[in-house]
Amino acid sequence: MRVMVMVKATKDSEAGIMPSTELLEAMGKFNEELVNAGIMLAGEGLHPSSKGKRVAFDGPARAVIDGPFAETRELVAGFWLWEVKDMAEAVEWVKRCPNPMLGPSEIEIRQVFEAADFGEALTPEIAEAEDRLREKLTKR
Amino acid sequence: MAANDTHQAIETVFRIERARLIAGLARMVRDVGLAEELAQDALVSALSEWPKTGVPIHPGAWLMAAAKRRAIDGFRRSKMLARKHAEIGQDFEDQRDSSIEDAEAAMDDDLGDELLSLIFTACHPVLAPEARAALTLRLIGGLTTDEIARAFLSNEATIAQRIVRAKKTIGNAGLTYEVPRGKDRGMRLASVLEVVYLIFNEGYSATAGEDLIRPALCAEAQRLGRIIAGLAPNEPEVFGLLALMEIQASRLAARTAPDGSSIPITEQNRSRWDQLLIRRGLAALERAETLGGSHGPYALQAALAACHARARNADETNWKKIAGLYDTLRDVMPSPVVDLNRAVAHSMAFGPEAGLKLIDEIAEAAALRNYAPMPAAKGDFLFRAGRFTDARIEFERAAELSRNVREKEFLLKRAADCGS
Repeated sequence: MRVMVMVKATKDSEAGIMPSTELLEAMGKFNEELVNAGIMLAGEGLHPSSKGKRVAFDGPARAVIDGPFAETRELVAGFWLWEVKDMAEAVEWVKRCPNPMLGPSEIEIRQVFEAADFGEALTPEIAEAEDRLREKLTKR
Repeated sequence: MAANDTHQAIETVFRIERARLIAGLARMVRDVGLAEELAQDALVSALSEWPKTGVPIHPGAWLMAAAKRRAIDGFRRSKMLARKHAEIGQDFEDQRDSSIEDAEAAMDDDLGDELLSLIFTACHPVLAPEARAALTLRLIGGLTTDEIARAFLSNEATIAQRIVRAKKTIGNAGLTYEVPRGKDRGMRLASVLEVVYLIFNEGYSATAGEDLIRPALCAEAQRLGRIIAGLAPNEPEVFGLLALMEIQASRLAARTAPDGSSIPITEQNRSRWDQLLIRRGLAALERAETLGGSHGPYALQAALAACHARARNADETNWKKIAGLYDTLRDVMPSPVVDLNRAVAHSMAFGPEAGLKLIDEIAEAAALRNYAPMPAAKGDFLFRAGRFTDARIEFERAAELSRNVREKEFLLKRAADCGS
């Protein structure tokens, strides 16, 4: 199964404080372990939310909100996509991760939906509509 | 942490560490069966100690240190110490009081090489391909005998025996636990890749949903491919195979209908193709080509798969490129099935007459005489050429040869469409 592993933001990461050489080295080593174990599919770090935008929806209305955003602890500062056997394996790998931040921090693991999870909800009509969209895309 | 959680944590740690542990131990004791037993013993120690002390910070190193202590004790008892010492030098003596830190450092050294040498050993050409696959799944994949048996639609006793015999063969052959170098390497690597692809195909050819173990084999083979790619980053065919598996696996969700029948690639719902795996596959293919391996058999097959993956819909498929790739593949990896697929590709690229010309050249091949796809393809070429009476005869023959009920129905319908 696939999981998204999210490194939560901290005051430091939101302030744009860059990781130290030691931390970058430790993270590099951890990433190499993930690659060598064959479980890492993707991973990136994110800039602070001060450079981000939010678009709020309410009926037909669309409001653009500039960062930075509140609730720092709930923001995402980086992510990986892993292919693991089960949630326990993901937890075990996360435990091996060096603390990604200078102070206390948190990493969240969420299972990724796969096509099969949608089952009957992904009707032939929706699938067909998607096909048409793809066709249109390629004609540009 | 509740006892149950600790228990599960230990099982998980062991699953992650197992292959590295066995690899390191096999290199040391020169016996893959003994290495596996020692690793298992270390797990038993962990199960009794960790619930009391908690899971150590470096669980892999802890397990390795425990396994090594067991090895030393074992050798002492069996009075083989002197002989083994000669074989493995001062290694054990030096580590008699081996601390976790020492073990940790030792594990970091050459770790990749040890794991790679274990993979090479498990896939040694002295073993039959099925034995190689079973041993690889056991030692590197950590699957249980029961899981392997279900994956290969076999029974547990057969698989257990196959693994025991394989270990014995390796012992008797006195194989060294080294990564082969030079001329030998290419041949041995081919043997490894053959096994990984065999495992993948066992999973891929299964109908989805019936037994989760079999689709999980695809994931296991992909993981093995990624591990080998990480350990041997300059081998083009490793990336060729990885590319082939990632792209084929990207279609897993789209290739079977709800009733279990298989859907041909031209009719699959492409929105269900896994774009992440396609991107990974295309990147791996590019890597294989950059390393100079664009004519490797796996890279060529991956390039074929990539042609389909790149097409947003079936009509956009670049059949001319596919036809050209089959021309090359036929030189590199000649086989009757490649010939047949080449004829189909040419018919799609250059019209039905081109396909008919090629299929007539291979019609006499003994291997294809009773192969249903052969007359099915010929029927399709004839139909598209407007020769309906001839086409009907071929479709009927194909239906007769087919052993799949749904395929039979489909072919009979095509025969009926030809009129009488």
